[in-house]
Amino acid sequence: MASVTTIPEQENYLTNGYGIKSWLLTTDHKRIAMLYLASITFFFFIGGIFALLVRLELLTPEGDFLQADTYNKAFTMHGMIMVFFFLIPVVPAVLGNFLVPIMIGAKDLAFPRINLLSWYLYMIGGVLITHCMLTGGVDTGWTFYTPYSTAFTNTKIIEAGLAAFVAGFSSIFTGLNFIVTIHRMRAPGMTWGRLPLFIWSNYATSLVMILGTPVIAITIILVAAERLFHLGIFDPRLGGDPLLFQHLFWFYSHPAVYIMILPSMGVISELITAFSRKRIFGYRFVAFSSIGIAIIGFLVWAHHMFVSGMSLYAALIFSFLTYLVGIPSAIKVFNWTATMYKGSISYTTPMLYAMGFIGLFLIGGLTGLFLACLGVDVHVTDTYFVVAHFHYVMVGSVLMAYLGGMHFWWPKISGRMYPEGWGRLAALLVFVGFNLTFFPQFVLGYLGMPRRYWQYKAEFQVLNIFSTAGATILGVGYVLPLIYFMWSMRYGKPATDNPWSAAGLEWMTSSPPPTFNFDETPVVDFEAYDYEHIKEAEVPVAH
Amino acid sequence: MHTNAATTEHNPALRHHFADMTQQKNSASLGMWLFLVTEIMFFGGMFCAYLIYRLAYFNDFGAASTSLSLKLGTINTIVLLLSSLTVVLAVNAAQRGKQKLLFFYLIATIVLGCTFLGIKAVEYHDKFVEHHVPGPDFHFVAEHPEGHSEQAPVNQQHAQMFFSLYFVMTGMHAIHMIIGVGLFSGLAYQAWKGRYDRNYNTPVENAGLYWHFVDVVWIYLFPLLYLISRHH
Amino acid sequence: MWTNFPLWPERASTMAGNVDALYIFLLLICGLMTVLVSTAVIVFAVKYRKRLGHRAHQIEGSLGLEITWSVIPLFAFFTFFAWGAVIYFQERTPPRDSMEVYTVAKQWMWKFEHPEGAREINALHVPTNRNVKVIMTSQDVIHSFFVPAFRIKQDVLPGRYTIAWFRATKPGTYHLFCAEYCGTQHSGMTGDVVVMEPAQYEAWLAGGSTGAPLPVTGQGLFNQLGCSTCHQIDGRGRGPSLAGVFGNKVSLEDGRSVTADENYVRESIISPGTKIVVGYKPIMPTFQGLISDDQLNALVAYVKSISQQQPGQPAGSEATAGTQTKSQQVH
Repeated sequence: MASVTTIPEQENYLTNGYGIKSWLLTTDHKRIAMLYLASITFFFFIGGIFALLVRLELLTPEGDFLQADTYNKAFTMHGMIMVFFFLIPVVPAVLGNFLVPIMIGAKDLAFPRINLLSWYLYMIGGVLITHCMLTGGVDTGWTFYTPYSTAFTNTKIIEAGLAAFVAGFSSIFTGLNFIVTIHRMRAPGMTWGRLPLFIWSNYATSLVMILGTPVIAITIILVAAERLFHLGIFDPRLGGDPLLFQHLFWFYSHPAVYIMILPSMGVISELITAFSRKRIFGYRFVAFSSIGIAIIGFLVWAHHMFVSGMSLYAALIFSFLTYLVGIPSAIKVFNWTATMYKGSISYTTPMLYAMGFIGLFLIGGLTGLFLACLGVDVHVTDTYFVVAHFHYVMVGSVLMAYLGGMHFWWPKISGRMYPEGWGRLAALLVFVGFNLTFFPQFVLGYLGMPRRYWQYKAEFQVLNIFSTAGATILGVGYVLPLIYFMWSMRYGKPATDNPWSAAGLEWMTSSPPPTFNFDETPVVDFEAYDYEHIKEAEVPVAH
Repeated sequence: MHTNAATTEHNPALRHHFADMTQQKNSASLGMWLFLVTEIMFFGGMFCAYLIYRLAYFNDFGAASTSLSLKLGTINTIVLLLSSLTVVLAVNAAQRGKQKLLFFYLIATIVLGCTFLGIKAVEYHDKFVEHHVPGPDFHFVAEHPEGHSEQAPVNQQHAQMFFSLYFVMTGMHAIHMIIGVGLFSGLAYQAWKGRYDRNYNTPVENAGLYWHFVDVVWIYLFPLLYLISRHH
Repeated sequence: MWTNFPLWPERASTMAGNVDALYIFLLLICGLMTVLVSTAVIVFAVKYRKRLGHRAHQIEGSLGLEITWSVIPLFAFFTFFAWGAVIYFQERTPPRDSMEVYTVAKQWMWKFEHPEGAREINALHVPTNRNVKVIMTSQDVIHSFFVPAFRIKQDVLPGRYTIAWFRATKPGTYHLFCAEYCGTQHSGMTGDVVVMEPAQYEAWLAGGSTGAPLPVTGQGLFNQLGCSTCHQIDGRGRGPSLAGVFGNKVSLEDGRSVTADENYVRESIISPGTKIVVGYKPIMPTFQGLISDDQLNALVAYVKSISQQQPGQPAGSEATAGTQTKSQQVH
């Protein structure tokens, strides 16, 4: 780690041991979170480069920048890396690993060595996917539908599948660790009703991780076995059923998107309360809505299959259930907004990301309603409408929440403040760039531009140009925090224990925390978000 | 850095992020149960695929199933059930502090597990010899019981589907058995060194849970693969 | 809509207007919701910004509000669901009297065969004001038949038939796209749907070089491949007579009863042992690998044609017989 300009007086988790062994063999959840931060950020930018390639190609209707096969591999690798190596792990493995024990008053997660194993599994998966990329990649789309993926493509399906399989176990072990930790290691007085909503969200996420991920694991095994041994489980020419693959695939991959959004929603609850200086409106409703989303989220997978040839009556049921899962999300949005009512709101970088999240998640979630609507879905599925929808919820929501959370907890994690002015600028660039990139894609989709198209009809060009322009701005918005966070580790203003005067056990220990989190195990006799009784130390100043 | 409980001599097996042994033991147990839930979902995907094809290709699956050795399958079922018994006895021995007995039962479990795997290897070999392994050499000839020669000729693709699922499901199960044997070998080594006693035997209990689970999976596999359509 | 900045494609089918109406309804309601919440967020952010002397007002919650903002969206959602379900039902229920076009998709082209025998590649000519049903299969991987101007889309699968239907209203040429990723030239697997006035369509049909009508080709194959040996029309052969079978219920050996639709006929040729008609022996050989998808289509068309003498019996479709008549009032 970089040297500091003022040496903190007490030892903390960053100074407790130097050298590569102390990091690679650590069992400290905070250091493991930092290991994840480094590797996940790396893969984010790799995935981003693929996105850049795709958007550059789409500046013109003809396929004139990449070859068709290269383009197909680019969007596939973009999807695979972003889904399996960024979106699914990012908030739980970086923010969750760091904060879950501290927020409940524990010294570490229940299984610290399994936590380290999780990171190593992620890295092994990462090495596999990198090798796969460098030796030709995959071109099936991240959804690798059969029989194209099992019997027609000659790209490296098995290696990519193995990468996802191993990364999946990383996910399962993280979820398992969180559930046991939250059940068994809460500090005295920390009842379920006093837990921060970030904990409720990660708990719900962990349920989905452990129940859903094994199904994609077995699906990958079946696909690999089919390719290796020419079995016919999914191949109609051998008596198999390609729709069976789709059901097995989406049984995990739909709940997977809730793995992505639930922790982000937890972050937003923390940010809105802190920067409105208010308890959350409707704590119980927000907490249980996370559980509700986790459960109902397992019942809606076939809304990805409305035009697949599936039975009409199954489609009706899945459409209905999909509408049900929208209710708990709506409840959250209303509660966050109500939390701002009569608050005392500061426009810090995290709050800007949180407010942006509310708007973008609203659009992303509402356009999900369009897709749940059978009559409209027939027209817009497999078009850019879907692409826009999922980028609104994944990038406009998950990524914004992650960035908001990183800014909020950066003082705690690093002991430094980031430069507030640059933070706000980056937040603005991200918001503007994001909307410019993805809003035109809703229009493109309804106009009929299909997804995964290397070349497209000329009438779609103008909107594609807007989209690529937006992507450039968005890219700048992402690079800025990378630079100033690293800058702040050496030159940032040293942070106090609680620079935001926020509620939560994490703010009652030093910045950065000591290795065992607290000097003494806290005893909790206060509710979450007890802003009534928290004195404001100072208003954070931009610098 | 220590809890506010009175500082007494603590169990050498206590990991320091836990307040006490009870918390540690409860956490470990909950962790293993959760892991087994993930295994249920894992095997569940395969069972789901199997059930769908069983219903779609009813007669062909029945015919293919009769070619599996009922004798060997039954023996294996008994072997596994016995091994679960030795596991229970091992846990019991650990809880009573009977270290030699513990070691004995751990070894017995390993032996029974290896017996299962050996018999499975014999069955796989038989399938190979009979050309029931999916692939270019696959060829299934049904043996019709007397008086039923008018059964439809077995569809080769559907029979191959049965065997594809048979190998994937029993193969996955066998891999889990091998892991189990590995786990118990590790346990046996630690037991030999006297690591487990009345105050600390959680790994034995939790590994036992794992073994029981793998046994339960077989209890489902056996009738689904071996016992369908045996009545005619 | 403004022609320079269209928000939706041309409407060229009877369903297009219905789908757009629902879309606009969704846009209005969801747009309203977005505006309301975003305005609230912005107004609160400004009105309740941190100022000296102003403290936040701690509010625990309100059961009344929670119920209100759960129930109202729930009712809105039910509306969306119901309206969408009705349209979907119509979209997946081809009318009885549809003109049938057999479609074979393969990497990376579309092949169409009209009932009269006309064949096309990557283009589909149809008349206005006629129900057209495409009976589709793939020769290799999953494709998807997408015509934005008609607002229809249906995945095309290998090994079975899937069905879509439309009734074109406006002459013109419209895009046909493959909408399920299928390999290198997925984005090149496009075509044109050419909608013509009936008179021009007839002229086009007559003008081009056509093969024999599909059922006639099918009958030829039926004899050539030896099907007629067992499946004698009078029912005296070793296999059941196929006259009048299509579209009706068939009783099977194992007690089940299935409707003889396109997929049933196809399966009976490819995998005859799967469903045995009651009273018959399972002696039919399989034709898998011996005939092409085009030949299969011709045979299916032939089997259909020897059932159409039966009046009042609905032809095979996705929905049950009871809803058939309703679907005809779709326009």
